[in-house]
Amino acid sequence: MGCGRIGAELAHLLDVEGHKVTVIDVDNASFDKLPPDFSGMAFLGDATDEEVLRKAGMEQADVFVAVTRDDELNAMAAQIAKQIFDVPRVLCRIYDPLREDFYSGLGVEAISPTRVFVRLLKERLEG
Amino acid sequence: MYVIVVGGGDVGHYLCKQLLDEGHEVLVIEKDAGKCEHIEEELGDMCLHGDASEIAILNKGGISRAEMVIAVTGEDDNNLAACQIAKEKFNVPRVIARINVPRNEKIFAKLGIECVVDAVYLVSEHIKAETMLFPLIRLFTIRDKGLEIVLVRVGKNSPAVGKPIGELSLPLGSVVSSVICHEVESQIPTVDTILREGDELVCLVPSENISLFQAIFRGS
Repeated sequence: MGCGRIGAELAHLLDVEGHKVTVIDVDNASFDKLPPDFSGMAFLGDATDEEVLRKAGMEQADVFVAVTRDDELNAMAAQIAKQIFDVPRVLCRIYDPLREDFYSGLGVEAISPTRVFVRLLKERLEG
Repeated sequence: MYVIVVGGGDVGHYLCKQLLDEGHEVLVIEKDAGKCEHIEEELGDMCLHGDASEIAILNKGGISRAEMVIAVTGEDDNNLAACQIAKEKFNVPRVIARINVPRNEKIFAKLGIECVVDAVYLVSEHIKAETMLFPLIRLFTIRDKGLEIVLVRVGKNSPAVGKPIGELSLPLGSVVSSVICHEVESQIPTVDTILREGDELVCLVPSENISLFQAIFRGS
């Protein structure tokens, strides 16, 4: 969910590795970021809508990843994937580092890019 | 009681005024600086500018001593986040969320937020009542009891016309609490009260029996 730079790049990498990938976004133009040879599916719609998710094949999904720019939206979609569709692995991007642990406690794997990047910068500085 | 209201739009602003009038201590958390200013001009120093899904902001707002959090922004994902964090992380005893998309009621319940107010549904029901075009209007939901207070109109040639209330096969748990007649004075009904076409009844009905109930009064 979310076909921004990160979503499109991740979809592309997984696609190249031979996985079956579906990208969901509310903005049709966002799909332009997918490479021309992308063999997965681009699905226009709101990923907090159960019906949309069902149509996009959520019931068969092994993994769901929410990487829009909006923490709350990612958190909501990720919880729907986990609690309603019982997707085995659910990851979401949560910018706010203080909330990373909170959502992880709710059964989804939350990753704070802020925390990751800070760690990386610190390692570089120390290395 | 210390109440935190998330969202200082029209609903948040109005709600806040009402809570203050009742003597409660209120804090509004609002993302938009302009809206904050507007509220503070009218109601005093009681608005915190920031994102109520952020733990740092909630801490600043004294969430740990809040007894109630009411999230009424126009974005359901924001309302969900604020309520979940308040409830699960800070153990706020009571959280209430406004939902703007009716389908989210089920999702919120599944994610632990049971007390929701569906703005679209409520406004539509009130407009329906004013149009007089609908035989049944849901006036109020008593959520924890699974009951609805409804206003129903006895339709032309419906199974209820000409019958005393005692002879209607109302679904289990339904109560007719008053009859509003158009020619005679409104009354508290007994089992012998005879219903006529066009009478309006205020009733208490278990939520799961609404359609069964409605069929008895539906005209043809």
